[in-house]
Amino acid sequence: MEHEVETVTEAAAGDAPYTQGMPQLNFESWPNQIFWLLVALVAIYLILTRIALPRVASVLAERRGAITNDLLAAEELKLKAKSAEAAYNAALAKAREEAAEIIAAAKRAMDADLAAAIAEADREISKRTAASEARINEIHAGMRESVTEVATDTASALVAALGGQADDSVKAAVAAHVKG
Amino acid sequence: MATGTESTGFAIHPMDQFVVRPLFSDAPIQWYTVTNVTLWLAIAVLCVLALMVFGTNRRAMIPCRSQSLAELAYGMVYNMVEEVTGREGIKYFPYVMTLFLFVLFANLLGLIPASFTTTSHVAVTATLALIVFLSVTILGFVNKGPGFLKMFWVESAPLPVRPVLAVIELISYFVRPVSHSIRLAGNLMAGHAVLKVFAGFASMAIISPVAVGAVTAIYGLETLVAVVQAYVFTILTCVYLRDAVGENHH
Repeated sequence: MEHEVETVTEAAAGDAPYTQGMPQLNFESWPNQIFWLLVALVAIYLILTRIALPRVASVLAERRGAITNDLLAAEELKLKAKSAEAAYNAALAKAREEAAEIIAAAKRAMDADLAAAIAEADREISKRTAASEARINEIHAGMRESVTEVATDTASALVAALGGQADDSVKAAVAAHVKG
Repeated sequence: MATGTESTGFAIHPMDQFVVRPLFSDAPIQWYTVTNVTLWLAIAVLCVLALMVFGTNRRAMIPCRSQSLAELAYGMVYNMVEEVTGREGIKYFPYVMTLFLFVLFANLLGLIPASFTTTSHVAVTATLALIVFLSVTILGFVNKGPGFLKMFWVESAPLPVRPVLAVIELISYFVRPVSHSIRLAGNLMAGHAVLKVFAGFASMAIISPVAVGAVTAIYGLETLVAVVQAYVFTILTCVYLRDAVGENHH
């Protein structure tokens, strides 16, 4: 033990090239270490409280604020999107309704036009039918007349050829025959 | 002890690295002498400055690496203070942060080869522990008055046992700074001495591969120890601080 104390003091004097014992227990260096330690601690404390900690705290608070703001904005946008979707759906439904109405109106108009056109066509058809009928009747009458005439002529010619007297009796006979 | 006296041949001097030497003269060390302790304390302060001030210079919303580290350290210590000491302890956060960063950087800087580990000295750790001990005691009496002494009177125990417990609690209270300081200094000193011993063995050709491997492994372990001891020192500070500011949990 004495040996150790001796060597420690020797080392402290700075003569010995190597240390014996624990330099930690060389109390001559303690005031020096404690003094410089206190200087270092005060320096770190001042650096931290004056600059570093407020800065980091503000950065963290800012970030937290930004995140909260972003979340709120996202929430707002989500609501907006939802309302936009609802508006879109409403507009879509309205448009569908309108379209259906327009289609119905168009159908009605078309039906009316069609009915009118059909009526017109019917009228035209009946008119033409009447005209055609009149013509047919006319033709019919003309034909009967012609037949009677031709028959009378033919009969008269036949009678004449046979040596008979072509007179009104032939005419009457032909007329009666044609009628019958 | 024996190896030191033989200056010839195979000699390992694991304790050499802990010697306090003046930087600029051979005069005996006075309290104001600039020594290697001063140098490495200054480097630790500069490291704190570099990380916490220059590292956060940009105040970026999306932090760069150094700012992330600074924020990580801030957040870790802040949460520790808040969780361990409670809300009233938050106002002592800068002090705890100072201790944590100092111990962390002193420990880590000590791992640089040929550096000087300030926290391997009991003078340093005992001063730190005494600062904590005295602050806690003074704050305890300031915040709670004589009620601070109730801490030693364990009310959850049966009455006859309480005086015995009070004595035990009192002793453990005064042993705190001792364990607080010796734990840190002892861990670092032992680790660094072991590193040095293995490094010494590396000069013998036969075992040098083993020694180099061992030095590498122990270096990794010591890195862990450096961080863990800084953490332990800080969390114990918070635990002690809780007695002075929070409600008693005994």
